[in-house]
Amino acid sequence: MDYATLLQILDSSLRLATPLLFACLAGLYSERAGIFDIGLEGKMLMAAMASASVAFLTGSVWAGLFAGMLASLMLAGIHGIASITFRGNQLISGVALNFVASGITVLVAQRLFGQGGRTPPLEGDARFTPIILPLAEELRGVPVLGPLYAEVISGHPLLVYVALLAVPVTWWVLYRTRFGLRLRAVGENPAAVDTAGISVKGLRFAAVAITGILCGLAGAYMATALQAGFGREMTAGRGYIALAALIFAKWRPVAALWACLLFGFFQALALRPDVVEAVVQVKVPVPFLDALPYVLTVLVLAGFVGKAIPPRAGGEPYVKER
Amino acid sequence: MERLPKWADVVLVPLISLLLAAVIAAVVIVAIGQDPWEAITVMVQGSVMNSYGWGYTLYYATSFMFTGLAVTVAFHASLFNIGGEGQAQLGGLGVALCCLMIPWPHWSLALIGATVAAAAFGAAWAAVPAYLQARRGSHIVITTIMFNYIAAAFLIFMLVDVLRPDGQMDPATANFPETVALPTLNEIPVVNLLFTSKVPANITLFIALGMAVVVWALLWRTRLGYAIRAFGKSEAAAKYAGISPFGIIMVAMLISGGLAGMMAINNVMGEAGRLLQNSASGAGFIGIAVALMGRNHPVGVVLAALLFGFLFQGGAELGLWTKIPIEMRIVVQGLVILFTGALDMMVRMLLTWVFNLLRGGRAARGAV
Repeated sequence: MDYATLLQILDSSLRLATPLLFACLAGLYSERAGIFDIGLEGKMLMAAMASASVAFLTGSVWAGLFAGMLASLMLAGIHGIASITFRGNQLISGVALNFVASGITVLVAQRLFGQGGRTPPLEGDARFTPIILPLAEELRGVPVLGPLYAEVISGHPLLVYVALLAVPVTWWVLYRTRFGLRLRAVGENPAAVDTAGISVKGLRFAAVAITGILCGLAGAYMATALQAGFGREMTAGRGYIALAALIFAKWRPVAALWACLLFGFFQALALRPDVVEAVVQVKVPVPFLDALPYVLTVLVLAGFVGKAIPPRAGGEPYVKER
Repeated sequence: MERLPKWADVVLVPLISLLLAAVIAAVVIVAIGQDPWEAITVMVQGSVMNSYGWGYTLYYATSFMFTGLAVTVAFHASLFNIGGEGQAQLGGLGVALCCLMIPWPHWSLALIGATVAAAAFGAAWAAVPAYLQARRGSHIVITTIMFNYIAAAFLIFMLVDVLRPDGQMDPATANFPETVALPTLNEIPVVNLLFTSKVPANITLFIALGMAVVVWALLWRTRLGYAIRAFGKSEAAAKYAGISPFGIIMVAMLISGGLAGMMAINNVMGEAGRLLQNSASGAGFIGIAVALMGRNHPVGVVLAALLFGFLFQGGAELGLWTKIPIEMRIVVQGLVILFTGALDMMVRMLLTWVFNLLRGGRAARGAV
């Protein structure tokens, strides 16, 4: 494998890692506040459909992005009501919402466009276009680093950089603000937060709302930047892979970035059977490569992570003392 | 606040949940510009108004009984097995290998062999996530989901590169020999008085009903069942009573995977007569809804499986005769899971309120 091919793979790793990163950070806020969310997948799918539809109908990718976040927030709201207000089973609520999203996205897209549950392909202003970072072309001549900057770091749609920026922001919010301290506390010991006179429900709803917004970004990115339009089941398990990345990262934002880049790299490899074949010197059947990200997810979960300890109050509804 | 009477908890809560799911589904149908009344008419007409429709409804219900029981057994050990879909697909592989490799003299022997193979393959597919949960603490929900995707890829490989006969285009195995074809309901004496035309529901239905009894007996009449339920209620208490968490997680998941795998004798051996891609077609996931709706009891599971058989067959009719896409049934499935599994507290609070109102009214009248 030569340097150019490596750069290509790294480039697509970053593009494929972006939705994982949004979804992973989304899960981080929710789970750090003590609300398990396996409905990341459904929220992404819903956002992908809504953003592609609105972007196509209005011709504006920004309107699409907004619609995607709104659609994702709606599902997040239902999850919040089920798991915070009515103290339901958070895992089951997530699974249920994934099914609802899986069906309803096709229903709505079919109703709007009549193309078998897809949206028409997006063009022009209805998509996020690549941004060339300053000096990318000028520095291309610099050995090794020049092509790396021009090929891998520069030339992505805006949302890729937003996702990367969301990592330090999340770190700052979580560890350097009052809100972050309370958010982490409510996931570890809600009774203590309650005793301090702070609303457990309010904090948890806030966390779930942030999750909704970030999943909205993930879905909108998939439909309007990574691909040009919505197709049924287009998220293909990325919500679950993001969850695995979150566990791998032990619920920490910076580690989440590395975990998502790693999983993005796996996905990029699955897209390049020729490269994999050249490296391992054996012809690998395509289905094996398709399964690779999932197999590696299992391997990662199986304990190359050390002991991953989830937030202590995760998954347990808080019953206020009377 | 008074508690709900037990009968209301067992009967009314699922029914009201179902009603709420139906109302939202109707709203969805209106929102996509279709007529809910027409939808329900088409569904009822096509699934339960004649023996042909029943033949399909019962066929789907048979699969859902297996997957519903699979989810139920795992739930009792407080394990959430979302991997029924993959386990059922692997069960299909077991059935296909068994039917194609061994020259069975009669379908009854083939049925026994295929049942064992289906259960073994399904259980084997559940064994890895179970081991990882029991020994390494990997969350079973995520590992079983990953195993669904891996199963799908593995089956594509097996069907395209290994089992596909030469010269065949579509990814599927060769047809099974005629001798292993299972009798359908219209071929079984006595039952064929009811089913006169060719239907897909087959003798597997009785195996599914039998398994419901077996699961009931296992859970409530054996030492192992007690251990599973005790572990599910409280891991700490079970450990203190000398029950091994590792053993229970493994056994519960193997039984669960085996039951999910057994569904393949219904769809692969009983109906298709060969193994196709995506053979389980979502039945593994519907098992979750069936188990929740059936309140994790075999009797409830059988009833809920019938209900979902109706929804599945009715949903297919919707796709054929109306403009409502077939995906409507996934929405309904999701709504049922949401209301029965996550919003059950809301339904219970609602009912308790109504009951207290009624009681209050009666008490007030009594005082006068």
